[in-house]
Amino acid sequence: MAILETKNIHAGYGGMNILNGINMSIDSGEIGVIVGANGAGKSTSLKAIFGLLHISEGSIELNGEDITNADPNTLVKHGMAFVPQEKNVFVSLTVEENLEMGAFLRKDSYKGTLEAVYHYFPDLKDKRYQPAGELSGGQRQMVAMGRALMIEPKVLLLDEPTAGLSPLYMNEIFDRVVAVNREGVGILMVEQNAKQALNIAHKGFVLAAGRNRFTDTGENLLNDPEVAKSFLGG
Amino acid sequence: MNEFIFLFNSVVISGAVIGAIYAMGAIGVTLIFSILRFAHFAHADLMTTGAFVTFFLTVMFPGVGPAVGLPTAFVMLPIAMVLTSLIAVGIDKAFYKPLREHNVKPIVLVMASLGVTFMLQGLVRLFAGTGSRNLFVDDRKEIFRIDLPWELASRKIVITEPQLLLFLFTIIAVVSLHYFLTRSRLGKAMRAMSDNADLARVSGINVNVVVIVTWVIAGSLCAAAGTLLSLDVALKPDLSFNLLLPIFAAAIVGGVGHVYGAVLGGFVVGFAESLAVFNWAVVLRPLARAMEWDLPRSMALVPTEYKITVPFFILIAILVLRPTGILKGKVI
Amino acid sequence: MLADYKREIILFSGLFALILLVMSFMGMAYSTRMLVEASCYAIIALGLTIQWGYAGLFNAGIMGFLAIGAFLTMLFSYPVNEDFWGSGLASDLGSVFLKLLIGIVLIVGSMQLGRFGVRQNVRRLITLILIAITYIVFMNSLDPVAGAIESEVGFIGGFGLPVWIGWVFGGLVAGGIAYFIGHICLGLRSDYLAVATLGIAEIIKAFLKNADWLTRGTLTVSPLPWPTPGPAELGFVMARALYLSLTALMIVVIFFLLTRAYNAPWGRMLRAIRDNETSALAMGKNVNKRRLEVFVFGAILMGIGGAVLGSFNGIFDPSGYIPLNHTFLIWVMVILGGAGNNLGTLFGAVFVYILWTMSEPVALWVFDVIRNLGDAWFGWEAPGDLDSRALQARVFVIGLTITLVLRYAPKGVIPERVAHHHE
Ligand SMILES: Nc1ncnc2c1ncn2[C@@H]1O[C@H](COP(=O)(O)OP(=O)(O)OP(=O)(O)O)[C@@H](O)[C@H]1O
Ligand SMILES: [Mg+2]
Repeated sequence: MAILETKNIHAGYGGMNILNGINMSIDSGEIGVIVGANGAGKSTSLKAIFGLLHISEGSIELNGEDITNADPNTLVKHGMAFVPQEKNVFVSLTVEENLEMGAFLRKDSYKGTLEAVYHYFPDLKDKRYQPAGELSGGQRQMVAMGRALMIEPKVLLLDEPTAGLSPLYMNEIFDRVVAVNREGVGILMVEQNAKQALNIAHKGFVLAAGRNRFTDTGENLLNDPEVAKSFLGG
Repeated sequence: MNEFIFLFNSVVISGAVIGAIYAMGAIGVTLIFSILRFAHFAHADLMTTGAFVTFFLTVMFPGVGPAVGLPTAFVMLPIAMVLTSLIAVGIDKAFYKPLREHNVKPIVLVMASLGVTFMLQGLVRLFAGTGSRNLFVDDRKEIFRIDLPWELASRKIVITEPQLLLFLFTIIAVVSLHYFLTRSRLGKAMRAMSDNADLARVSGINVNVVVIVTWVIAGSLCAAAGTLLSLDVALKPDLSFNLLLPIFAAAIVGGVGHVYGAVLGGFVVGFAESLAVFNWAVVLRPLARAMEWDLPRSMALVPTEYKITVPFFILIAILVLRPTGILKGKVI
Repeated sequence: MLADYKREIILFSGLFALILLVMSFMGMAYSTRMLVEASCYAIIALGLTIQWGYAGLFNAGIMGFLAIGAFLTMLFSYPVNEDFWGSGLASDLGSVFLKLLIGIVLIVGSMQLGRFGVRQNVRRLITLILIAITYIVFMNSLDPVAGAIESEVGFIGGFGLPVWIGWVFGGLVAGGIAYFIGHICLGLRSDYLAVATLGIAEIIKAFLKNADWLTRGTLTVSPLPWPTPGPAELGFVMARALYLSLTALMIVVIFFLLTRAYNAPWGRMLRAIRDNETSALAMGKNVNKRRLEVFVFGAILMGIGGAVLGSFNGIFDPSGYIPLNHTFLIWVMVILGGAGNNLGTLFGAVFVYILWTMSEPVALWVFDVIRNLGDAWFGWEAPGDLDSRALQARVFVIGLTITLVLRYAPKGVIPERVAHHHE
């Protein structure tokens, strides 16, 4: 059963439409990867799903429930979390405070989740009382992901979690994504490092000009010569 | 020696008094600035409104204070703080929130807050008249004159009960605000929102609650500052007139968006004002007598009539030299 | 073509009818005075509409610019005080200002020290010390001279020059002050300009009110001469009508110039900056320079408007300047009429001014009714200062109008016509 499904969504900024019919679907426990050229509308798709843009046409379902144009607050309550592409940590708050903010909506104790996040990202435990603004790029991505994990989401949206990271950090982040996914969290992520990402993906969505260009399993897309030629750099 | 006691009374004490008032106003301005991103011009009139709320409560229950041994207005202060917070939250709901939801530029909110200033001014004067009032209805202001043990010091240190209460209140308010912002979940959410409002929304932080808390803190501090100032001097409807500029100067000098900066800025502006209008001739007189100089009658750096220029020039100086403020505010 | 302007035609016809109504009820002398004042406010409002409407700059200190304009008119056009110029005080005062001038030259010079490789910190320190010394020397030497002027000759009097020279200088000095403030604040957040203008207005007022040797302070200066024949020669109605035709002519000229500037590349660039600062910056446009220009131009109009109004009032009274009448009423005119639209601003200025003047008797009447009814029905004894409180109700209404217009008609009754410019 699909945990997250978008049906032909249209959305944009102000009057301008950027998305002209996006169809995506991931089952629970799957990783979906969105690839595409710069400006194809990848980030816009995630923002539209997360209720940050007005959807003028089409619908979105989370776990079979219609969530079209629901506000972020509601979505977080329903178990969806989002890590934006830029400015995704509170720079003046400490690492631990960042994580606590991720758990803002939780009424129960989140101590266990906090330990789990530190278990995923041991680096963060050492830096827990340091302002997030003083961390390296990779560590910030970890804080951002950690923050999103604090509500124990069913679906996690990640926008280019490895952008600008060294190969070492990049591999570590991919490892973490897979580890999180193994715990049963559905993941929909945008990636520039398409090959590596499609390698771990169950589903892949190649976008161009606000539309699906190709939609298939990660493996099939990797082996598709046409996709390889235009989107994977040969 | 007496000269220095005079200096202490008219610079240290009065500078600290007015500095504490400015600090409490500037904290509110800075919080609103960092959470809602606009300069709240109705802040000084919110202070006046708060003071009048206290006044009405004091008139209604004049006997409470003498029973406890404190000024009635001070005993009524917590209730006034609650009521003023409600007024502040109501103003936001009625006038600022609809504009925010229309995604207007921050400067439009500044203008709306000017509209609110006039509404508050009009209402206060409509109900309370334009005259000046005394917050001591059934009780009297206690003034302490402290004798110093030295022989030469015949002049006394003068401090009033409202001033002592003001210092006490300011310390408690700043310390509790500190713990609120660093220890409580809501306080951290406020800091998160001032840091990155979009991310706060994405994290599921309840933006409306944070906004309400901001107004509650700002409103309570307004009521407290307005009341404590009017207890010390008198309650006038145009109290706000001389407060607005210093409060903004304090917030900007301290670094906008920075709560401790606002406190620091408040005292900087307060002491600068009292130093600037202090008549140095008084202190120099003994020396002048000994040296047979001829001192002018007044040697104040700034004549009292021009006191209002002091915060302005501090503001201009900080904007030229260090626009981010002393403690490097986030919002430029 | 005319159909495009249906809204304007209807509104202006309504305004005309309103004016006729006022004329028939209050008489010609009253109405002409009101119209002259309204036209002065219109000049000021046009100054604000270019600052706010064209460029999005918030000026919370219009009062200061008006007051300085009126002060310069007074200074230039008021008759010469022979006592002052005949005494030795004139040269004493001259030497005081010579000291100030030397100080200013030194200060400006010290700011240029950077060219000789002096480090910024050192340079700033030198400048600050020079400012402090100049200030103390100036204050100390001015004090006795000012005291002597006040006690011996009253005040320095005017220059006895034609009125229009005062108007020109009123505009220029207002522009100069705007340059000073704008230069400091325009690169910073938009709110800072609001705070700074609020401050400068209070300072100008404090200065004019307390510098008795220059302005007679609370004693006020009157009568100020008119550039046109006064009521003594023509009678109230004719004299005021003549003054009105002068202000109307000025409005026409200003209007013409503004419309041209609005449609010129300069105006287009300003709107681009206002509507999207980031993309304008990206296009390499010098945002702050354009803003500074428009801020100064707006202030010049305000200074001139204040000067014209000051001459017409015939009295210079520094304490008569209050932010409500001289800043926020003008804001209401502009946002109600339609910021950025000159016709809208003109409509707003005249309409709001009429409402404002007429609301005084109306408020008094309403509160009188309340007093009588309260007395008759509940035996309520009204407070003695009910009349002054009644006038405060208008303050509330001004505030409410601002917030309601911002919320429900943010573009005003005659919105700016978005020009479809082709670049
Ligand atoms: N805030 C915005 N306002 C207006 N247009 C925007 C905004 N953000 C993005 N766009 C436009 O929407 C289009 C898609 O942008 P989007 O950010 O979704 O691209 P992307 O696929 O994520 O690219 P990248 O790989 O560079 O992150 C682009 O043409 C961009 O110019
Ligand atoms: Mg993107």
